[in-house]
Amino acid sequence: MAVEFDSSSPKFAEYAEPGRLVTTEWLAERLGTSGLVVVESDEDVLLYETGHIPGAVKVDWHTELNDPVVRDYVDGEGFAALLSRKGIARDDTVVIYGDKNNWWAAYALWVFSLFGHEDVRLLDGGRDRWIAEGRELTREPANRPATEYPVVERDDAAIRAYKEDVLAHIGSPLIDVRSPEEYSGERTTAPAYPEEGTLRAGHIPTAQSVPWAKAVAEDGGFKTRAELDAIYRDGAGLRDGDDVVAYCRIGERSSHTWFVLKHLLGFENVRNYDGSWTEWGSAVRVPIVTGTEPGSV
Amino acid sequence: MTGMSTSDVPETLAEIRDSFLETPEADRLLLLLEFSDELPPVSDDVASHPEMYERVAECQSPVYIHVEVDDGIVTMHATAPPEAPTTRGFASILVQGITGLTVDEVLAIPEDYPQSIGLTKAVSPLRIGGMTGMLMRAKNQVRKKS
Repeated sequence: MAVEFDSSSPKFAEYAEPGRLVTTEWLAERLGTSGLVVVESDEDVLLYETGHIPGAVKVDWHTELNDPVVRDYVDGEGFAALLSRKGIARDDTVVIYGDKNNWWAAYALWVFSLFGHEDVRLLDGGRDRWIAEGRELTREPANRPATEYPVVERDDAAIRAYKEDVLAHIGSPLIDVRSPEEYSGERTTAPAYPEEGTLRAGHIPTAQSVPWAKAVAEDGGFKTRAELDAIYRDGAGLRDGDDVVAYCRIGERSSHTWFVLKHLLGFENVRNYDGSWTEWGSAVRVPIVTGTEPGSV
Repeated sequence: MTGMSTSDVPETLAEIRDSFLETPEADRLLLLLEFSDELPPVSDDVASHPEMYERVAECQSPVYIHVEVDDGIVTMHATAPPEAPTTRGFASILVQGITGLTVDEVLAIPEDYPQSIGLTKAVSPLRIGGMTGMLMRAKNQVRKKS
């Protein structure tokens, strides 16, 4: 049973899909509502245990959403088992929040979308805003009764791009959301992420550099529709009907941008290249451009 | 893969390892959380000299360590923010396990100690790499200062 949308925010009303975001106030008033499940997804695997929104369940990107052997996501059976264990039903409204401006929350939302979980939303401002507002946290683990989530085959085609797709896509709208230093090729790793290095540095030819954080307002939430249009339409030149691919290093920061393009700005065809630079930058004989210009095909 | 070396693990670190291994896998994160909560605040002396700290670049979160050697006995300090509890937990294990050891005992700690405490699955191999970096840097500081 879907829970009603958060219609309290004039900012949300401007977005292509206003229902994809909820405010902290909205969530605080509805904790415990039947049909609503709150999910925390963080970079730090222990952050949830230090205190989380009452009733929220934890989903860890690394140990739960990824296949433990192959570099891929869990399959339909794995996802069904995970969500059943977490107590999430197929028709539940899922609100995801997390650390780092919702990087991992957006990543989890994107993975939920690969399995077609329909009603999945983000908490605007994420974990930091909930805490900054002095709202309740608990160390009490959530105890939701297990559900029987159906086995749904993962459908990668619409929102996930593989390396071969990106090779064919060069020259079409590509957004690189990493730091300017990673884009230009000055460094092979993100600042503070040395263990996710690659053998080569630079960017995919013709990719526009739009660091993910440009979509984040000073208050930690998403920027307004007008501000986002200025960045992605006027700045990066995206137009209605474009087929867009976004990438970063392992696909989490680009999930954040994917969410903005797909759900807030309403681009219909947006794919996240989760292989991202950790694949491209170590692949043999793929084209790479260094420097601050996008480069040509 | 070769077996984990265990012979040179100091008693302090061996006890910590065993307490993790004796804890059911599902509860090991909670034990790590206890360590995280226990990370002692750095002494005023050290806190007033941030330049003495070395940033552990292998960790995704800002963590700084400082190792002192006094009369052949090692003291380790570490600081990491509350929003990085995993890193704090790793630092706390090393601070508790290393402080009070002799230089030779610290230098003999096997580099694969972080892989031996049964957290690889709960935390993920990528994240365990941060603890390896912290141990490596602590040993380097001991080497320089002894």
